[in-house]
Amino acid sequence: MRAAWRAIGAAIAAIVNWRFFKPAVFILCALPLVLVGYEFAQVVTGRNPDALGADPSKALLEELGEKGITILLATLTVTPIRRIFNVNRIQRVRRMLGVWSFSYIAIHLSAYLVFDQACYSAATCDYHAIWQDVLKRPYIFMGSIGFVILLALAITSTQGWTRRLKKNWARLHSLVYVAALAGVIHFIWIQKSGVARPLPWIIWLAVVMGIRFYYATRKRLAAPRSTVTA
Amino acid sequence: MLIKIRSSADLPYSEVTPEHIYRSRRDFMKTAAAGAVGVLAGSVIGGNAGVLEAAQAGQLTARPPAKGSPFFGDPERDPLNTFEQITSYNNYYEFGTGKGDPARNAGRLTTKPWTVKVDGLVAKPGNYGVEDLVDFKQLEERVYRHRCVERWSMVIPYIGVPLSAVLAKVQPQPRAKFVSFETLVRPSEMNGLGSAGLQWPYVEGLRMDEAMHPLTLMAVGLYGKVLPNQNGAPLRVHIPWKYGFKSGKSIVRISLTESMPATTWAVQNSNEYGFYANVNPTVDHPRWSQAREKRLPGLFYDRPTQMFNGYGDQVASLYAGMDLRKFY
Repeated sequence: MRAAWRAIGAAIAAIVNWRFFKPAVFILCALPLVLVGYEFAQVVTGRNPDALGADPSKALLEELGEKGITILLATLTVTPIRRIFNVNRIQRVRRMLGVWSFSYIAIHLSAYLVFDQACYSAATCDYHAIWQDVLKRPYIFMGSIGFVILLALAITSTQGWTRRLKKNWARLHSLVYVAALAGVIHFIWIQKSGVARPLPWIIWLAVVMGIRFYYATRKRLAAPRSTVTA
Repeated sequence: MLIKIRSSADLPYSEVTPEHIYRSRRDFMKTAAAGAVGVLAGSVIGGNAGVLEAAQAGQLTARPPAKGSPFFGDPERDPLNTFEQITSYNNYYEFGTGKGDPARNAGRLTTKPWTVKVDGLVAKPGNYGVEDLVDFKQLEERVYRHRCVERWSMVIPYIGVPLSAVLAKVQPQPRAKFVSFETLVRPSEMNGLGSAGLQWPYVEGLRMDEAMHPLTLMAVGLYGKVLPNQNGAPLRVHIPWKYGFKSGKSIVRISLTESMPATTWAVQNSNEYGFYANVNPTVDHPRWSQAREKRLPGLFYDRPTQMFNGYGDQVASLYAGMDLRKFY
């Protein structure tokens, strides 16, 4: 058992210490966007109208949202892996993952505005109707909260902001858990029935939050407040 | 990424759908029917056995809809969706909640033999085969708009008989006020039963006058073919002025009752889904507005939803005096 655990740790360390680890993660994050963008372009140009099925704009919207929440949860998984397997170098992809998840969610939101709300021109865009939607539809409200948090975190993700905000930077960025929770609830609330589809993401979020909670309480019990930030 | 966005009206339908081929084939058959087929009719189409044999092979012969009738549709405004679109994008939760799941998973469903139990307030209760309930010599084609409660819509050339003709065979008693349709539950062939979040069996129902309305169709086919499993083989209803979830698929039981049946979606979430479920642009689903719809494969919600899905001239009188906000 312990040997197997050590082998997993060694494998993770080998991957993380690989010279091309960061570029590989970058490509992995970009790939779904490139693919769905390519397919959607084929639909719009009429070259392959069936590339995304019978409802292409919905397929695009769902793919962007699903990959956005996936990368967001991957972002939250970096620190647990670092702590459990002592692979400090994994930390170097965390910001990149966070910015990628924001990018997906930002494009997801844009797709909603363009296709669901017809905001492809100023004349067709009904700002009042959108605001009404945000207030009236709980799942849209929840998604908006997640987006606003991610926007703030993406803006303050630079080194300059890290320096300027000092201790508050970590405080602010712990809101990423709220954003992830909002995202997963948004995912649950859009289902017509059941939670079968979002279930993997629900479990994933529960696990990373559980680990986070475990370390937070252990730290508090074991020692005076350290300056280590999550 | 720069995407040039076309409005759905610019989409080259003529390229993505065999609509015109289908139409012209049908026109040809109509012309032919007036002449040469008259000779054939006696030998080929005349005997019920021949018609059923053809149905076994997957082909259905149906009377085309009269031009100008509500069964004909509006080829200009509502061009047919392609067979591919109609059969690859389905809500059939018994096979999974994803739109592509039914097409992937319904293949293993066996539809022969098929028995429909008819019970309740009828003069002739019992177990019926599909051919006992549907007269395959009387099949009609009906081009219907199909509007889903999720705000997408399609145009589908169904084949079937009026539900009233089916009910005539089992003779409802005068006391019968409602008819309900129970659909198949077969765990060995349905992979989505455990995860859909619905109670099985799926039950939908109609008021008797809705069931007897000439628009209400008992469908056995589409696009000249026997219904694909994902579209509800071998027997499904289609009620074109109601949201799609009212139209139960793969029906195994028809019951006539005096009281309103408890229908699946109304039980699952009564705030969002009512018994009537008439297409209505002025009554929102709590999670989205129903004012507009997206005609697939279009990209935008750019069509105003029509009251009763555009069948108001035919059905509005059924609901005279009813508050459709209350009875949604």
